[in-house]
Amino acid sequence: MLRFKCPVCNTVADETELSPGGEAHIERMGPGSSDDAFYKYLFERKNPLGIHFERWFHAYGCGKWFHAARCTKTMEIFGTYKAQEIKPPKHIIDAITKKRPNWKNE
Amino acid sequence: MKKYSAFALVKEAFNNHLGWGRAWRHAQPKKRYKVIIVGAGGHGLATAYYLGKNFGIRDVAVIEKGWLGGGNTGRNTTIIRSNYLQEESAAIYEKSRSLYETLSQELNYNIMFSPRGVMMLCQTEHELRAMKRTYYANRLFGVQTEMVSPMRMKEMIPIINTDGPRYPILGGLWQPRGGTARHDAVAWGYARAISSWGADIIENCEVTGIVREASKVASIQTTKGSIDCEKLCFVVAGSSSLLAELAGFRLPLESVALQALVSEPIKPVMDCVVMANTVHGYMSQSDKGEMVIGGGADGCNNYSQRGSFQHIEETVRALIETFPIISRLRQLRQWGGIVDMTGDRSPIISKTPVENIFLNCGWGTGGFKAIPGSGWATAELVAHGNPGKLAAPFSLARFVEGRMIDESIAAAVAH
Repeated sequence: MLRFKCPVCNTVADETELSPGGEAHIERMGPGSSDDAFYKYLFERKNPLGIHFERWFHAYGCGKWFHAARCTKTMEIFGTYKAQEIKPPKHIIDAITKKRPNWKNE
Repeated sequence: MKKYSAFALVKEAFNNHLGWGRAWRHAQPKKRYKVIIVGAGGHGLATAYYLGKNFGIRDVAVIEKGWLGGGNTGRNTTIIRSNYLQEESAAIYEKSRSLYETLSQELNYNIMFSPRGVMMLCQTEHELRAMKRTYYANRLFGVQTEMVSPMRMKEMIPIINTDGPRYPILGGLWQPRGGTARHDAVAWGYARAISSWGADIIENCEVTGIVREASKVASIQTTKGSIDCEKLCFVVAGSSSLLAELAGFRLPLESVALQALVSEPIKPVMDCVVMANTVHGYMSQSDKGEMVIGGGADGCNNYSQRGSFQHIEETVRALIETFPIISRLRQLRQWGGIVDMTGDRSPIISKTPVENIFLNCGWGTGGFKAIPGSGWATAELVAHGNPGKLAAPFSLARFVEGRMIDESIAAAVAH
């Protein structure tokens, strides 16, 4: 079972306490955007094999959303950070590159 | 290809069964093919088969990074049904189900199609209403289904507990002509047929790169060298996003783990398939006597082919209330496969941004039942370069146009 440290309430939560929220850092498109941009925002996903930045909801805990960096192949969790961050913070990137020197953030 | 028959069996019996030969050739890649299909699962092999049968295109290679039928084709719970809500879905799944009926004879390979009937349980008021709606829709499209009362269900499935406290049975949607088939045999039968007419099946051959010339693909790089092609078709389920990335585009897909398990074998207790959609539990009894149980999909992206324990626990916990008889059965084995989920829970059979690359993916949790119909529709798309009537609604463009084929609301769950 996956275990995440919730960066809001600072407790370590089992996966059963959380709801997955899919890919993180997707730029939101509004009513004025083109059909293509709106499609990308709503549906198109990176779905990578490897490091995935994603959203989780601490449903049976503090009730807040947060971000996590996790490998979709090994299920290793590299760290969590707050939902307010618009891109992965440096300490998360460092934690990933320390273990995966060849990894590139695309 | 050696024809399988009672006569051949008798003949081989006098020959110590030494003369059967391999069902399909293990080929090495040639320099060039007219069509390369990536993915030797059911859908990929069926596409190759109908390309040869319906369109006479037999200069085809099916390449596979693992072994034939080793992905979701060998990992599902083998349920075949066509009682879908939307017209577009009903058309392709019903085509598929009807092809399954005669597939053993057509391929001269016993796929053990068993039209034992599929019962979908209604365990909430909402689900009962949704299933009634599906039943009316099925009647309009000519898919034979009927609504069944709890009393009648108890007669049909004596081991069912219709008045559980948490998940009472309020009714059921019964498709008498649904059922199961031997999943491996479907892949093996198609493989044998296409191999006999000269198509190459190349296992242990992973695609590592896609070489483009202008707006078209010219060749693919694989672990067994470079292969040229006129047309390329991706039929790789959970790995679709990865191949698309190599080809330079992205897809509206997310790959997640879906699990199943079987119990130890017991004497026959249930002669149909039961689907409990509210609790994500799908159960049938195999010919060996094992209870085959499918669970719900995990929620987070996953390529590991292993699912989470809590989802298996949820499924089994709920099924035990409905089927008290299984509470003391031991689990024989459990496994997971990676399924590619679209936003509307309907598949993608489509052209792509690259002119001569075609795509068949997004079957999510319900691909096995669709194998023949999907192969039929994809072959038409690859042969003509444009989708036929079956495939047209399932294009990638539907996501841009907002023309969803919404089966997630129809089934109230992933299906």
